[in-house]
Amino acid sequence: MKGNQRYEQGEAMTVQSNPTGVTTELDCSGLLCPLPVYKAALVLNKLEDGALLRLVTTDPGALEDIPAMTRQRQDTLVSVEEGADSQTFLIRKGIAS
Amino acid sequence: MTQTLEPLSEIQPEPTEPRSRPRRIALVASKGTLDQAYPPLIMASTAVSLGWEAGIYFTFYGLDILHKDRFENLKVASLANPSGPIQLPNILGAVPGATAAATKVMRKWMSDARFPTIPEFIEMTRDLGVTFFACSTTMGVMGVEKSDLIEGADIAGAAAFLDYAADADVSLFV
Repeated sequence: MKGNQRYEQGEAMTVQSNPTGVTTELDCSGLLCPLPVYKAALVLNKLEDGALLRLVTTDPGALEDIPAMTRQRQDTLVSVEEGADSQTFLIRKGIAS
Repeated sequence: MTQTLEPLSEIQPEPTEPRSRPRRIALVASKGTLDQAYPPLIMASTAVSLGWEAGIYFTFYGLDILHKDRFENLKVASLANPSGPIQLPNILGAVPGATAAATKVMRKWMSDARFPTIPEFIEMTRDLGVTFFACSTTMGVMGVEKSDLIEGADIAGAAAFLDYAADADVSLFV
């Protein structure tokens, strides 16, 4: 693979996964810092306030980076789950009222 | 198997009031080797992803990072670089081909990790609105023309950068 394709993995997909609305899914498995934050931000920038993003990462640094990202962006980290080799973050865009 | 981490209140304090202005990082990129070109671009791309403003002042050899004919071919020093990708006695670092070999190894590391190249990072950061300051003194001393630089570089001196950096929350020299 050449050029941008190398980090093009992790295209956002929109799925119906909760009763109240749509959750966007982003798989950043295999990507190292700063790519999970970079790609999550690209997706979050396009979402409406209150929309949900489920982000999967394998970079161990993401456990610190994603909470830092939501704090700095003033988004809301709804939940964090740590699997054997991956982490799953549920993020709501904006500050929950 | 999944496990929920510590309560979210400990990870993420209560959200603060909206800020009156975005945070800002001002970076100086003064080195033109492959390994030293990455950190300012990583920091800047992260900062804009966090919603910050980011500007990089490219000066001296760091200006190669903006140089159209050079930014694809930045190298890793094999001489006087005990942390280099090829562990050699220093004297062998001067052997012809050693720099090329060290560079090749680092490029392979980055490629295997599916990590962007320097030109890709430039494109990513430019698309996100990072300000690129090209040091006018470096251009004058080293004979670099505006047409040698990638599109979107602002030619500026130290005063213009400091004017930008005066409003920065974080400043780093690389």
